[in-house]
This record gives sequence, C-alpha cells and structure tokens, in this order.
Amino acid sequence: MEAFNNRNVTESDYYLVDIEDYPTDGWGKFKRVMKRTFRGELFVGLWVVFREMVKFDIHTVQYPAEKMPIGPRYRAVHEMKRLWESDAERCIGCGLCEKICISNCIRMDTKIDENSRKEVTEYTINLGRCIFCGYCAEVCPELAITHGGDYEQASEQREHFVDYEYMLTPIDTMKAKAQREFEGFGAVTPHEDERVKKTPLAY
Amino acid sequence: MDTAYLVETVIKVVVILLVFSALAGFGTYFERKILAFMQRRLGPMNVGPYGLLQIAADGIKLFTKEDIIPTGVVATIFKLAPVITAATAFMAAAAIPFLPSFTIFGYTVHPIVADVNIGILYVMGVMAIGLYGPLLGGMASANKFSLISAARAAAVFISYEVVTGLAILAPIMMVGSLSLIDFNEYQAGGIGDWIVWSQPVAFILFWIAAFAETGRTPFHLIANDHEIIDGFGTEYSGMRWGLFFIGEYANMFFISFVIPLVFLGGYGDGSFLGALALLGKMAFFFFFFLWTRAAWPDVRPDQLMWLCWKVLMPIAVINVVITGFVMMF
Repeated sequence: MEAFNNRNVTESDYYLVDIEDYPTDGWGKFKRVMKRTFRGELFVGLWVVFREMVKFDIHTVQYPAEKMPIGPRYRAVHEMKRLWESDAERCIGCGLCEKICISNCIRMDTKIDENSRKEVTEYTINLGRCIFCGYCAEVCPELAITHGGDYEQASEQREHFVDYEYMLTPIDTMKAKAQREFEGFGAVTPHEDERVKKTPLAY
Repeated sequence: MDTAYLVETVIKVVVILLVFSALAGFGTYFERKILAFMQRRLGPMNVGPYGLLQIAADGIKLFTKEDIIPTGVVATIFKLAPVITAATAFMAAAAIPFLPSFTIFGYTVHPIVADVNIGILYVMGVMAIGLYGPLLGGMASANKFSLISAARAAAVFISYEVVTGLAILAPIMMVGSLSLIDFNEYQAGGIGDWIVWSQPVAFILFWIAAFAETGRTPFHLIANDHEIIDGFGTEYSGMRWGLFFIGEYANMFFISFVIPLVFLGGYGDGSFLGALALLGKMAFFFFFFLWTRAAWPDVRPDQLMWLCWKVLMPIAVINVVITGFVMMF
C-alpha cells in the first residue's frame, strides 16, 4: 500500500512510456503490421479471459435473494421511532418537518388530547413527491423521523406509501428492544474496513 | 429410388433438423454462460436449475411474440429474408458427415444426408447464400441502420468468400476430391496424416474466414449492437428474428464440424473413439467462437476488407501456388 500512498513522484520509479511515432512510409507500415501480427497480443487477451473463467471468481450479487449491506447514511423510506423508556411515539407534532420539506410532501394534523399534550392524528409522506433530501430527519428535534434502509418502494398504488402506521416502529419490535437507532451523520457502513481494497491498477 | 433409402433420408433430415434446432438454442445458453464466466458474472440463473430452462423461456417468448411487419418495408422480401438464413444454414448440413457410419439393428447408417461429390463446394456455396438473409432483410427494412448493415453484409460477403475458396483450394488439390468423406478418408491414418500439418496456412486462413462467414466477433460488424443497433435485425420481432438467430447458431455448429473434417482428421478411422474425437473438436471450435467474443475487439468494415483483400488473399494465392509446385515435383 505504501507505493500507492507515496505522492512524491520524483522519488518513485515512475518512467515515461516510450511511444513511437506512427510510421508514414510503406515499409514502416509493413513493419508495424508484422510486429502487431506476430507479437501475440490476441493470445494475451484470450489467456486473460480464460484465466478469469477458470478462476471462477464471480462478483454477481443475485439481487432479490442476496443484498449488499447498506450504509447507515443511506436515505430511503422514512421511519418513525419510539422512545426507549416508555415505548411511546417520539413525534411531538411540532410540524418542523412539514415546514422544511422542500417538495411539500409531508402533511400532518394534530390535536390537543385529554392530557393537554399535542397528539399527531394524521401524518403522511407522499413518496411520489419526496426527493429524499433528508431535511426532515435533520430538523427533527426529537430524532423521531429518520431515514431507513428500505429502498424497495415499488407499488401498484402510490397511496400505499406511506402513512404514520407504516413508518412507526411496530410495538412488538419495540418490546423486544430491537428498534434500530439512526447512528448519525458520518456513520460508517458496518464491516467497511474489511471491504477496503487496493485499486486494481496492476494487471 | 427404393423406399428404404427414401425413409432413411427423411429420418436423417428430421433428426438433423431437430438436433441442430435444439443445439442452436443450447448454443445461446452456452454463449451466455461462458461469456458471463469470462466476465466474472453468473449468467442466466433464475429459470430452472442454473438457468437451464432459460432456452425454453426464450423459445416461448419468441414464438408467442407479435410478428410485426412495419409500414414502409418491402413486405414480401422482409418476410422471406429470415427464412433464407435459417434454411440455407440447414441445407448446408446435407453434405456434412456428422459421425462415422454405424450399424443399428443390422442396418448400416451413414450419418450424412447426401454424399454428393461436390460436398465441400456445396457446403461453402449454400452457406454463402445465407448471407442473402441479412442483405435482403436489411435492404427491405426501411431502416437506416438495417441498410448500413446490408451494405456491410455485401462488403463482408465479397471479401471473405474469396479467402475461403482459395484457402480450401490447397487441401482440395491434395485430396483430389470435394466430398467431405473423402477428406476424412485421406486423414484416417491418425494424427500424423492430418491436413493441418501440411497446410497450416490454409487452416489458419479458413479459420479466420469462418469468423467472417458466421459473423462472429472479430468480424461481427454486420449486426454490431453498439454501432448499428442490431443491424438487419432491428425491425424484426418474434419468430422471424428467432429464425435469424437459429440460422446464425446452426451455421456456427456446421462450420465447427467442417473445420475439423477438412483439416483435423474428422472422425478418423470411424471407430467410436473417432466419433467422440470429432465431437470434441467441434466443441472446441464452437467454444473458440464464444471465447473470442469475450476477448477480442471488433474490426471496422474497411479493416476487414483490407485484411481479406490485401493480406489474406495474397497469402492464400501463394499457398495454392506453392502447394501446386510441391505436388508437381
């Protein structure tokens, strides 16, 4: 790896590639054709692909069956989180997300309930309009609305996405203490260190 | 003509048609798999175990797809062109001995439909007519890309056909016959008798021309997807397009039979082992068609014509002359 980190070009063994001029006369062109014909470059190509076939180092991810781990910073369909202490919903109905939404896709309705607390009665996100900018998650003072990793949002009806019940952590998951917390901006994908590879420059 | 001969011929024709139509399907599967492995992919995996039923899925799709005849095409020729490609590919198979003759239920079967005495000439000639499919289909399509493809088909056609004919001429002079069975008998003595040892130049030239003949990758310029969409196939859909495909892959199989029969000893002495050897050689040449597609770039039409007319044809002529002098003295 050190060779790749060394930015001081003069110290390393870089050299200029010797590129010949194109031949102009007939004899030069003839010599070039002969050189290219008998240098066997075509066989190098054949050998490279054959080697890869025999090595059988397949990189395909068979998508619906296998999925790549997705980074915690990924902004897919929103999630509504619950409080760890009381299992109650974190959303306090402040309306900041509705205000900041630049594509106007969040609509919410609130009321004052019997304990004089503000309660969310309606909360919908029109994912057909949402541009997944992440402002709603960033502005939320209670870390209630975050982005999840659920990027598969094909549906027959655009109304299927997405209401409060859909986004809210299910109460069973919460009772099992299995709610996944948003790790915060700048979080690294799990096992990212092991997946770091050298750029394949040397073939 | 006696009845037994007639029945035998009809059965052989039906068997060859069925086997090679199926093989053409499997050819697409092999091609997709091998190309995928060479590019570190998996290829078709979802239909059936390891994607084996992908052929059936493709077949059903092709057969049930709407057969579109666009407005503005020359309908008669447009409909006829794919039939030319597929039919000539299978007609060429008539003079190819696929296996040595064998005895079944006391009846000797010669696995060749018609051992005509102009065998190799007939095979090359009929395969050459197959180029009329892309040519007429492309010209009748009322599509600029198809027209370019048709022009390229004509250019390729007149270029490689000269090389094929001159390259095969030297072995024909040595054998003194055009029948592929006579070619095989000439080399029946074992590896030492193979024509490739005395005619290596003709072998290489014929092999190169075979790529142009089948339109495979170094010379895939008739239907280069990245330049001219699908060339002559752009306006075709459904089974008419499928016929082009079957013709192309059947052609690959037949030329993969012809090369070993002419140059590499064919089925040898006609034993079971010899028959297996012929199939093995055929498999290698078919695999090589796929191998080059993964490894090599395509050439331009002018490069192909330069190669055929200015390089390969003079070499072929010199080869024929030298062969003649060696045989004379």
